[in-house]
Amino acid sequence: MPTPFRIDTSRIDDISVMVLDGQVDAHTAPRFEEAIQAELTAGHQRIIADCAKLTYISSAGLGVFMSFIEEIRESGGDIKICSVIPKVQATFEILGFQDIFDIVADVPAAVQRFRESPVKEA
Amino acid sequence: MTDIERKFLLTVPSSTANLALIREFVVAVGVQAGLGDADVGKLELAVDEACANVMEHAYEHDETKEVVVRATFDREVLHIIVEDTGRGFDPSRVPQEKLDRLIAAKQSGGLGMRLIKALMDEVRYEFIPGQKNELHMLKRIR
Repeated sequence: MPTPFRIDTSRIDDISVMVLDGQVDAHTAPRFEEAIQAELTAGHQRIIADCAKLTYISSAGLGVFMSFIEEIRESGGDIKICSVIPKVQATFEILGFQDIFDIVADVPAAVQRFRESPVKEA
Repeated sequence: MTDIERKFLLTVPSSTANLALIREFVVAVGVQAGLGDADVGKLELAVDEACANVMEHAYEHDETKEVVVRATFDREVLHIIVEDTGRGFDPSRVPQEKLDRLIAAKQSGGLGMRLIKALMDEVRYEFIPGQKNELHMLKRIR
């Protein structure tokens, strides 16, 4: 019974929207990492992580967000996180993700945040 | 619910492919123990983190090894033990850096243990030289 997880990536203008569907744990986190790396390799530095279908995340998945964020921000991009279900939000909050990442209500709000504040302000 | 202590045991090969199975097991035990939804979610994450630590650090991805999860509960407390026979690794000794410092250092070390400590009511590590390592985690049933 492998961990169910898939990623669908689409584009809104110059922004990559990654829909995370299922569970990110130590088994599936490498696929999440590869997907972000593929966007960066293609020159896409603006990423929205749409978590509406993300039902579970462990530290392995949180570590993927953390490992890329500095590099992405240094090149003028950002990762905006949106549509987080309460269970996943609780995990983000234990580690203080809300202080490091822009976490917004939905994809339109994330797009708007890129327009207003390309990189999260401290 | 009776006062009888109930015991459950799951043994799986040390592969991260089995983490989903481990989570299903502890969720089922947590529900049967009478934990609320939020506490079941905390239990699920804590045990996942403990088992992933064993697979990646104690066994260094050796899939011929086994991870053992023992669960017992009565009316007041749920006690989980994650057991391995790998390289003694006390996850509670991993330094707990602040998140922004980990990001700056490009490290994610210690995140799992930080979560476990935040999620469970009591956590302790027992190292029995030459035999096994045990991470004990307690959740009170409210």
